[in-house]
Amino acid sequence: MGRIADKAGIQFRLLNRRKGPAVQGPRAQMDRKLYRETAWEMLSSYPGVELIFGEVTAFTGTDRKVTGVQMADGSEIAGISTVLTTGTFLNGVIHVGDVSRPAGRWGNDASVGLAGSLAKFGLPMSRLKTGTPPRLDGGTINWSALDMQPGDDDPVVFSYLNDRPYAKQISCGITHTNEATHKIIQDNLHRSAMYGGHISGRGPRYCPSIEDKVVRFAEKTSHQIFLEPEGLDDSTVYPNGISTSLPVEVQEAYVHSIAGLENAVILQPGYAVEYDFVDPTCLRHSLQVGSVEGLFLAGQINGTTGYEEAAGQGLVAGLNAALSAQDRDAHHFSRTDSYIGVMIDDLVTRGVTEPYRMFTSRAEFRLSLRADNADRRLTPVGIELGCVGSERRAHFAKRSAAYSAARSLAEGLKFSPNELSDLGFKVRLDGQKRSVFALLGMADIDRDVLVASIPELADVSRETVSQLANDALYHQYAERQDRDASAIKANEALTLDPNADYSNVGGLSAELARKLGERRPQTLAEASKIEGMTPAALTLLIALVKSKVRMSA
Amino acid sequence: MDLIFAEATPPGRGGVSVIRLSGDAARSTAEALVGPMKTARRAYFRDLRVEDETIDQVLAIWFASGQSFTGEEVAELHLHGAPVIARRVHAELFARGARLAEAGEFTRRAFLNGRMDLAEIEGLGDLLAAETEAQRRLAMRATSGELARRTEEWRSWLIEAGAFVEVSVDFADEDVPDEVPERVYELTERLRTSIEVEIKGFSAAERIRQGFEVAIVGPPNAGKSSLLNRIAKRDVAIVSTVAGTTRDVLELRLDLKGLSVTLLDTAGLRESEDEVEIAGIERARNRAVTADLRVHLSDDGDSVPDLFQDGDIVLKGKADLVGSQESAVSAVTGAGVANLLDRIYDLLSQKTAGAGIVSHERQLNELHSAAASLQDLRGLPVEILAEELRKCGHALDRLLGRIDAEDYLDKIFSSFCIGK
Repeated sequence: MGRIADKAGIQFRLLNRRKGPAVQGPRAQMDRKLYRETAWEMLSSYPGVELIFGEVTAFTGTDRKVTGVQMADGSEIAGISTVLTTGTFLNGVIHVGDVSRPAGRWGNDASVGLAGSLAKFGLPMSRLKTGTPPRLDGGTINWSALDMQPGDDDPVVFSYLNDRPYAKQISCGITHTNEATHKIIQDNLHRSAMYGGHISGRGPRYCPSIEDKVVRFAEKTSHQIFLEPEGLDDSTVYPNGISTSLPVEVQEAYVHSIAGLENAVILQPGYAVEYDFVDPTCLRHSLQVGSVEGLFLAGQINGTTGYEEAAGQGLVAGLNAALSAQDRDAHHFSRTDSYIGVMIDDLVTRGVTEPYRMFTSRAEFRLSLRADNADRRLTPVGIELGCVGSERRAHFAKRSAAYSAARSLAEGLKFSPNELSDLGFKVRLDGQKRSVFALLGMADIDRDVLVASIPELADVSRETVSQLANDALYHQYAERQDRDASAIKANEALTLDPNADYSNVGGLSAELARKLGERRPQTLAEASKIEGMTPAALTLLIALVKSKVRMSA
Repeated sequence: MDLIFAEATPPGRGGVSVIRLSGDAARSTAEALVGPMKTARRAYFRDLRVEDETIDQVLAIWFASGQSFTGEEVAELHLHGAPVIARRVHAELFARGARLAEAGEFTRRAFLNGRMDLAEIEGLGDLLAAETEAQRRLAMRATSGELARRTEEWRSWLIEAGAFVEVSVDFADEDVPDEVPERVYELTERLRTSIEVEIKGFSAAERIRQGFEVAIVGPPNAGKSSLLNRIAKRDVAIVSTVAGTTRDVLELRLDLKGLSVTLLDTAGLRESEDEVEIAGIERARNRAVTADLRVHLSDDGDSVPDLFQDGDIVLKGKADLVGSQESAVSAVTGAGVANLLDRIYDLLSQKTAGAGIVSHERQLNELHSAAASLQDLRGLPVEILAEELRKCGHALDRLLGRIDAEDYLDKIFSSFCIGK
């Protein structure tokens, strides 16, 4: 996916560039057509993969085991593992003003038959909603009146196998809503699907519609809008920041009130979409439905956004579906080694109340979960599971060998304060020798000057130096986090009896006993995430496990 | 939870002996002995009967789960205080499937059921061990959840500060301030100051909890032992007279207007050639050095120079021989003894001023680690600032035993027997 994004990306920006490496996030805007074509090319040329297009209408098998799917044309496809990713299509309904109709998205039918077939599993289901802005014709936008935002000068790409974007890079336009815009929206609020009471599903707090923004932040007289071209040879523009479910004529009016958009033509109106999702607490960490053998769920059906979160789950569900088909153990991503692990753990143990979005603050080990060390964290796992190709394997071996060599060099090379002073660096004159590694982590030492003044480092690549510096920067915190991580791993490893009778455990509140009975957490770590779980109750579970151990010992 | 029971009153003969039961069948087990008790929290005067024989006339009461000390169903049987009755009732309870509670098990259950936090339990332990009024007051504050309330307030400041920090990290592509707002530093500074006030109050609170030590020092034959004996015979509440840790230190524990004070008679501070005695004298000297206060006693009113510390009391002994004087005391007539005790009390009570609600080393360590996380936050990169706030939050959680509790649970629960 990273490789496809590098091929199709038309604007790359590193978020938080001025902040530390642990909170920097590479972002890119895709050319939709390029992305689609590149994905198609990559998947269709993949050995052993056959792509079949069509509407799936039902599952075959029983309500305890899925053996494949039935297509709208009546044909059947058998499978040991089936991964279901329904996006916003499952019983999807789109709303524009007071007009609503079944649809998965603009111009596509909803998936209704499949929703019926899913019902037989008796999974806990509910509704979520999300919104989208009106799409504009770029040819009708007065770009000359707008500020433009280019991408980064030195774009940071996604895949370690690439070092620069492939496609031509573009700029986005920036404009703002104004008081006239807000008045139009305010006056027509009752005609919005959201505010007219037509929608029951919950939308994301972090991505409010323009109606929400005008109501909830009434004191703000202007909101920023990014005008993002959808492709190099596509004039469609995505105005990021004004998603809406107002009637079409109101959308026309407020769009035209915005600077640069006075004559903009709406190609497709904005709308809200409501859809079914499955409460993810009925899933295992492998994303297999706990009560149904062979069925895996990924993406918005699990109550997440449709972006990186959906992509990450696709990887997990696909990987585990394949492992299951090969009769191998599922792979469990840990909170300590990846954001994917944090997300899956949050989903299956806490559930969701709005479309789940990944925030770095959700990760206890943020300082060590970085884009610059993703390969060190996860590629060895991929190699062990057998999902890493030869090119990446070779690249990883080279990169990690370079890192290890540079790390031992940097830890071994030590300088006294006087030697450092001779080199032009000011450190405390405490007689302590400092390693190059430690120096790289010091905020007031210029990394480039340091590297340039030490001949032994001449052969170390800039990229490797940057990895070293990032590790050095967080070194003292990493040690503490390592200790916490082992504690978490120990808790993750502390397994609870899947058949435990929680109704019989005195000291547990009836509510917690019920939740434990329903969720049947497999580990203490899972139990700890159950809503309303108290540390005292956890201690009780630990005692329960330990007394079992004593009894069986 | 299985049914446990224990005597809540001290073992032995007394007016009343209370047996407390906790667990699922607490009420029905008590009812099997005394008959049906319809209403919770109501005292029933009943015959305790086993197979038509009346064992005793008792007062019985039960508490519903969620409304009891342990959080479980609890029943109490108030028997007449003869050990033979209690033994008989024990046997009947064993026969009905109950077992004797382990040390601290009632409190452990209260903690597991969320009825008490760790600091409250520590406070309860102190309350049960309290011997003086000041100790009682301190323990009562701890056990009534004052620390928990303070910590909740701290936590709310921390959460507010953390939210300001995280928003600039996770919503960098939105219209939010890019810099860490001043409000964050205001909150963390206020938090640090507040935690440090409690840290400062620790040593006073800890002295109240542990009691003070006052050493009487001076050359041989200055009248130190006689003075101690005189004090012991006076009308102060004597807690105990026990032999010290060495044969060279005698301790007298007393309740001095609410303060727990241990007087040390460091007999034998003299030159010696006996190696064993030298070692003993050394220990006596060390006790005197670390004591909270020293009373220097000698015929001529000199202090012991190498033991003297600012604020020590210096007295002439044998006032009956030298005539009544301001700074003299007589073990024989008792002259000056009341005056001495007043002076000791005044000096020690100055040290209890500003006593905080934190009186345990464990709590102090968590406060130190919380405060350390809040040092010098200004200028830190935002992700490291966030990490420090998180560390501080963990320390506050441990303070109340919210996490990492298992490690010291065993230690705490086994170090005192509560609920027996």
